[in-house]
Amino acid sequence: MELLNVNIPNWSDMGNWIPEAVLCVGFLVALIGDMVTRGKKPVVPFVISVFALVTAGSYAVAGLNNPGLAAGLPIMGDLVVVDGLAAFFRILFIFAGLATVLFAWTSEEIMGRKRENKGEFYALILMMTAAMMVMAEARDILMLFLSMEAVGLVSYVMAGYMRTSLRSTEASLKYVLFGAVSSAIMLYGLSLLYGMTGAMDFAGIRAALVSGPVNGFALLVVVVMIIAGMSYKIAAVPFHYWCPDIYEGAPTPVSAIFSVGPKAAGFALMIRFFYTTLAAGPDAAASVGIIHIINWPLLIAVISAVTMTYGNLVALRQSNVKRMLAYSSIAHVGYLLMGFLLLTPAGLQAILFYLLVYTLMNLGAFFFVVAINNHLKSEELDDYVGLGFRTPWAASMMVVFLASLTGIPPFAGFIGKFYLFTAVLDKEWFWLAILAALNSVVGLYYYFKVVKAMFFTTPLEGADTSPLKLHWLQYTVLAVLAIPTLVLGLYWGQFKDLADQAIAAMTVGF
Amino acid sequence: MEITLTHYLLLAMVVFLTGMVGFVVRRNAIVMLMCVELMLSSVNIVFAAYSRFHGNADGHVFVLMNFAVAAAEAAIGLAILVEIYRRRRTVNVDDLKALME
Repeated sequence: MELLNVNIPNWSDMGNWIPEAVLCVGFLVALIGDMVTRGKKPVVPFVISVFALVTAGSYAVAGLNNPGLAAGLPIMGDLVVVDGLAAFFRILFIFAGLATVLFAWTSEEIMGRKRENKGEFYALILMMTAAMMVMAEARDILMLFLSMEAVGLVSYVMAGYMRTSLRSTEASLKYVLFGAVSSAIMLYGLSLLYGMTGAMDFAGIRAALVSGPVNGFALLVVVVMIIAGMSYKIAAVPFHYWCPDIYEGAPTPVSAIFSVGPKAAGFALMIRFFYTTLAAGPDAAASVGIIHIINWPLLIAVISAVTMTYGNLVALRQSNVKRMLAYSSIAHVGYLLMGFLLLTPAGLQAILFYLLVYTLMNLGAFFFVVAINNHLKSEELDDYVGLGFRTPWAASMMVVFLASLTGIPPFAGFIGKFYLFTAVLDKEWFWLAILAALNSVVGLYYYFKVVKAMFFTTPLEGADTSPLKLHWLQYTVLAVLAIPTLVLGLYWGQFKDLADQAIAAMTVGF
Repeated sequence: MEITLTHYLLLAMVVFLTGMVGFVVRRNAIVMLMCVELMLSSVNIVFAAYSRFHGNADGHVFVLMNFAVAAAEAAIGLAILVEIYRRRRTVNVDDLKALME
């Protein structure tokens, strides 16, 4: 690309970016609305954010039928593309954002009396959703970095949202420090990749890698550095250590969206980046070698195995439900990475479908913790004793989420895991599949510790056993998450098709 | 002696490692943030050098964007540090143990 020949973006292609535009405008209007109306409850930012998310969501759903998706709708020249993958993740992120906004409205941690800047939360969720959507759309190193940092910067602020709480500010500081270092490491890798290939866009990098002689060792170093930065975003071992601390310290609704949104966005980015640059394409003779030069399958298999085993084993001895869910989310990243092993479309489809299911069940589990925290002001497992009889409906929905997280047959989690396992078994990586199966059994133990506490443990003498009444909005959101978790375990065909189409309509430029 | 691409890359590596080692060794959160800035600056050197080497402007554009992001990150990091200092009167990360197991 010569300096004078730069593809200067104009406004004509912005029509494909209406959801992002709506969210960005919503962010500004919500902030201003919050400043203008200082009420006891931040009604104005809440209404604006719900409205913006619903509007963006309806545009995103309508965009699914756009015939141009398969070829990719470029925005701002080469930087960003709206294709099948982006369209799929757009809807996922808007759904997660909307669910979080609705649930945060009823959360004491966000809406508690002592807080003065309550409205900002809703504005920040909008910005975060928009940034995550761009992460799924980036196809240039510059946009990759900018979108990741945009998500990061919003997350740092949201983790420290309870300014007066020592734990919340501490979580935020740890997040900033580790986040900045890992993105610096990733950037160093990216800068060397730019040096090796002379290109910034993913397709150009691929073309350079396929055509030119590649120094295997240099490429391995670069890929490891880039994986380091990205595995920080998705919280894979050894870049997981921020995860439990931040989830525990941040307000629970924030942990809920952290455990789903940035992780899914990280996976979207990894799928596009590594599939475009490394996977074997139609030019098989030249490209099939790339992932073997650096022994990519073994690298990912080891990260995946260590991540799931570590997450599960440490989750076993947690007594705090929120912290346990944090470690369980690390374990799930391990399962998800299995689909990444050989960068085949089948594996990537399995990842997408599992992310869909994971969003439902993990948000649900975290939201239950939010609802209980409102009443008990605690997330300790010991305080969950007898909850099954104090709030039977919500507790049974929690059982659905936990059973689905475990991967028990009639629930959606099983189907998701089934596809991931098949993707690995197809390529005859038996040891990884066996390890994952063993890990699922370990998961059964700690997930059902919560079920046991809620339903089968007799409360101590004199313990409070009065019924808990949840807000109607909480029941609604939990049901909206629980019903698909059940239904997707029985009728998953259409949603699997959605994931398949998303991968089929991913434009990678080869 | 002629300054070549290799010299720039070596300089960048030294700066990057300085930042990395500093981040691991120092316990003062402000110094740790400064070390991160060093690491980001070393990336800028690599991008600028390679941009000149390849003869395209992409790397220069990246450097400019990187400045902005690094500044934003430092601003948020320092804001959080101020909040922590108000409550704890310390910015030493070893004293921040509310979230340890």
